[in-house]
Amino acid sequence: MTISTDFGVWIAALLTLCVFSFLYKDNPLYKFAEHLFVGVSAGYYIALNYWTVVDQYLVIPLRAAFDGSQAGGPFQAQMQDYRGWLIVPAVLGVLLFTRLFTRLSWMSRWSLAVVMGVFAGLKTTGFAQGDLVAQVQASLVPLWIPGDLWGSLNAILFTVGLVTSLLFFFYSREHKGVLGGVSRVGVWFLMISFGAGYGYTVMSRISLLIGRFQFLLVDWLHVR
Amino acid sequence: MALSALERIDRRWIFLVVGLLVLVPLLWPIGLPVVPTTPVRQYHDAIAAIPDGSTVLMSCDYDPASTPELAPMTETSLRQLWDKRCKVVVTVLWNGGAAVVDQSIEKVADEYRARGVPLVDGVDYVNLGYKSGNEAVMVLMGQGIASAFPRDQRGRVTTQLPIMRTVTDYSSFPMLVNISAGYPGTKEWVQQVNSRFHLPMVSGCTAVSAPEFFPYLQSGQLRGLLGGMAGAAEYEVLRKERGAATSGMDAQSMAHLFIALCIVAGNVVHWTRRRAGASA
Repeated sequence: MTISTDFGVWIAALLTLCVFSFLYKDNPLYKFAEHLFVGVSAGYYIALNYWTVVDQYLVIPLRAAFDGSQAGGPFQAQMQDYRGWLIVPAVLGVLLFTRLFTRLSWMSRWSLAVVMGVFAGLKTTGFAQGDLVAQVQASLVPLWIPGDLWGSLNAILFTVGLVTSLLFFFYSREHKGVLGGVSRVGVWFLMISFGAGYGYTVMSRISLLIGRFQFLLVDWLHVR
Repeated sequence: MALSALERIDRRWIFLVVGLLVLVPLLWPIGLPVVPTTPVRQYHDAIAAIPDGSTVLMSCDYDPASTPELAPMTETSLRQLWDKRCKVVVTVLWNGGAAVVDQSIEKVADEYRARGVPLVDGVDYVNLGYKSGNEAVMVLMGQGIASAFPRDQRGRVTTQLPIMRTVTDYSSFPMLVNISAGYPGTKEWVQQVNSRFHLPMVSGCTAVSAPEFFPYLQSGQLRGLLGGMAGAAEYEVLRKERGAATSGMDAQSMAHLFIALCIVAGNVVHWTRRRAGASA
């Protein structure tokens, strides 16, 4: 077994062990790793966002737009780097920071209004097209498929699950009698879906643990 | 007596057992079978059906936290695409993701170069890097890929790259391969691109988000789906590869078995106490 000589790998491995130590009990090593992570993450993401977003998509194009080299002037709306019009989102972005000053904070609402308006529009149309219409369409399945018994059973089960689950959320009438029975079937379907969701969540979390162990064993200890 | 011991068990014993059940199979693999399921076969077959030599859009929307689940499927997808001599245009919508995605791309590209396949960055593949804006970027790409990503991850002007000469908008791609850790990811690509621009797509996602995407698979909006490490492992088995996902599946199965036993034990204790309370 040859242990890694990479300084970065050692730092990552020791910090991983510091975080794992929390499983025994809260301790200074865990606190150290936690605070280090929060601080480094904040700094890293600020720097990353500046260089990959602000610099690349705002500063460089604006500098190129206003250095006098662009034919037709800086506001010629061509779909390349050289867009003087980027000054508008730049101003809106700066206005967001007026929230730091009580007397000027009302100005940030303009930027937020643009963000909310754009995303409300995008999300509404996207949901209507991608989820509502397409999913309703896909739910209208034939219950009997000639020559395909398994497919037919699947379609019937799907339809029963869909209808009973929907009726469980029908609150305009007390869940008694037929509606009570049907909605109880719906609860069973919902419980099964929650169970599947929980199983997948466990898989996700165990995968993270496996990833860390693979790092410790392979990259740090060079065991396999 | 045994039940009261179960009730009072220190949870650190459970952590220890889970840790050992994950660690031991990683050191000494058991070799439990991994059988590809239908959604994974569909994913594989959908990529296999892409015409050889096509230019494919691949959006890798994750960051370092999801690499154990998503990096294996990213790498296997790249291998399947490059085996078909496809060109790959990669985008990233998670701001911490561009660097880890770049590592996966270069790792697989180096494998091909070592085998004598001269994959060239900018010609056979390009990482256009991260762009902020989530759904707005997806819609913007519909008006022009280069206008949404004027420069690539390495700062080169996108329109000057040879791979981008045949790329205009979504109509330039036969398929979108999305590797997704959450928001923005598969759900948004389905809503904004698949339904609006009718670009066929497949998705590889974290296990925690997979149940949300099965309706898209059932409706045909997704052509295939890889769910978490299990999906990645099944995909590796289909491709006859033994990657990180396959080697982690023994540990995954053992941990799941133990957690299932814990749930059963917890319910036995609960029901026994309840019956005892009712009869008292």
